[in-house]
Amino acid sequence: MSVSNDNDNDKKVAVLGAGMHEWGKWGRPFVEYGLAAARDALADAGLGWRDMQFVSGADTIRNGYPGFVSGATFAQALGWTGARVSSVYAACASGAVAIANARAQILAGLCDVALVVGADTTPKGFFAPVGGGDRKDDPDWLRFHLMGATNPTYFGLYARRRMDRFGATEEDFAQVKVKNARHGLANPYARYRKEVTVDEVLASPMVADPLRLLEICATSDGGAALVLASMDFARRHAGGADPLVTIDAVSTVTPTFPNTVIEMPNFSTDSAAAIAPAGGPDAQNGNAQNGAAAAVAAGFRPSIATAAYAEAGIGPEDVSLAEVYDLSSALELDWYEDIGLCGEGEAEKLLRDGATTIGGRVPVNPSGGLSCFGEAIPAQAIAQVCECVWQLRGSATGHQVEGARVAVTANQGLFGHGSSVLLSR
Amino acid sequence: MTATGTTRVPAIEGWFTTGEDGSSPALLGSRCTVCGTYAFPAEQSFCRNPDCTSTVFDTVELSRRGRIWSYTDARYQPPPPYVAADPYVPFCLAAVELAAEKLVVMGQVVPGVTVDDLTVGDEVELVIDTLYSEDDTDYLVWKWRPFSGATGAAAAPGSSDGEALT
Repeated sequence: MSVSNDNDNDKKVAVLGAGMHEWGKWGRPFVEYGLAAARDALADAGLGWRDMQFVSGADTIRNGYPGFVSGATFAQALGWTGARVSSVYAACASGAVAIANARAQILAGLCDVALVVGADTTPKGFFAPVGGGDRKDDPDWLRFHLMGATNPTYFGLYARRRMDRFGATEEDFAQVKVKNARHGLANPYARYRKEVTVDEVLASPMVADPLRLLEICATSDGGAALVLASMDFARRHAGGADPLVTIDAVSTVTPTFPNTVIEMPNFSTDSAAAIAPAGGPDAQNGNAQNGAAAAVAAGFRPSIATAAYAEAGIGPEDVSLAEVYDLSSALELDWYEDIGLCGEGEAEKLLRDGATTIGGRVPVNPSGGLSCFGEAIPAQAIAQVCECVWQLRGSATGHQVEGARVAVTANQGLFGHGSSVLLSR
Repeated sequence: MTATGTTRVPAIEGWFTTGEDGSSPALLGSRCTVCGTYAFPAEQSFCRNPDCTSTVFDTVELSRRGRIWSYTDARYQPPPPYVAADPYVPFCLAAVELAAEKLVVMGQVVPGVTVDDLTVGDEVELVIDTLYSEDDTDYLVWKWRPFSGATGAAAAPGSSDGEALT
């Protein structure tokens, strides 16, 4: 089989350990959550902190300077050992870039085994620009000041667009929430473990039409960590691990110009006046009205997982489950198409048919997703991978996707950081 | 709203004309002198086109009318640095596609319009409105207003007046 760990993909790294701190809202320092996750990941790997040759931190902008140099901050908390260190910020994609850095070190032969850690603590309410004072050169500050455009308003634009283009309904969006709430019920790391009904979702207050309070991702505290190793190291030191889960590809792509879908925190899209958007029949006819629509099919989000599939030499038909960034219920439907689980405009049918529910053809967000977790920014992309590891090992008690062999994550960081990780056993 | 003696100033300099001189207001973007790529807000030092290394840009008025790509609203008061009225009044936001520039620009929709009044594909026009007032000063910003052009041509896609502005 093309996706077994015996194939000729020489870009695999082994996942020896996965660990998380429960998601919640406590307001304690991020280091605490990251440290707990790191110790769990090390214990899961059967390795000690002193065995780690490289530590890769995903930064948080919420806790002052230590958050900006998270790799060193976590290393100090674990006790400095002289390990090589990296700290990286890429907004919601920070965790994936931290994974990519560790993987690159391993694949280059510069180290055998590495620890990846991300953790966050968050304020209540809407995410707002960090820091005070007038910052009229920062589009993130300006979009709040000049338009009052919070993150959910961008999610609302995408949701309304789905309704207009594909006939999605408010009930469809509510059903995504109902599904994910059910998935997360038995997940010990999830912040929200409570079933909801479609009626309850539709009775919750409207936040950014057509999206309601129960359909919009909360902001959370949490931490996640991984122990990654070379395949040689894994064979020598984890010979008994069965099954051995591997990361087969990591995609950290930027958009391709012109990106004609409006993205946070921007005021406008790229202009397609000089170069037509890639792909899509409407892209060539010079009609901006249709050109932007075509770019949804061939735009940034679809390119993210596509790059991961290409790197691993597999396709979406090989995928057993997916963890995608459901910043809103409606956005999860966009991701179905963007990661190739179905064609454009077919996501509602996939949902209604139960294909993306545990027990269906290709369950999406078996962890419960952001719907049950809320977002702990630098930890979230790592948490997606932790969930995939447990699913592929068959140890996701109470929310297991039976027989899972290949898993994909997808996510997108503010300003143009793509993030997708492919795993298999 | 504008009392005698009140000063009216843009909430941000250089992003739009206010029409205070009797002309029609417009967003100010940039157009690359080499490849023709537009940008809003204006780019001063680089062209986003990966095949273009131009450093020279014209400041241009963008199309005053466009079509709604999508829309939403803000039912809860946004956090600072948004300056909200007290009591807070929800507003709509629209992402508007400009045919000539082939880009989509966001903005608030004028007060009094709800999501029930909007549809994807509707034509809207740019107006200048008060974003917030402090002391004796009104801070101005661009907003989108549903366009109810009397001429039949207004209903045809791509018929906005953008071409004339370049």
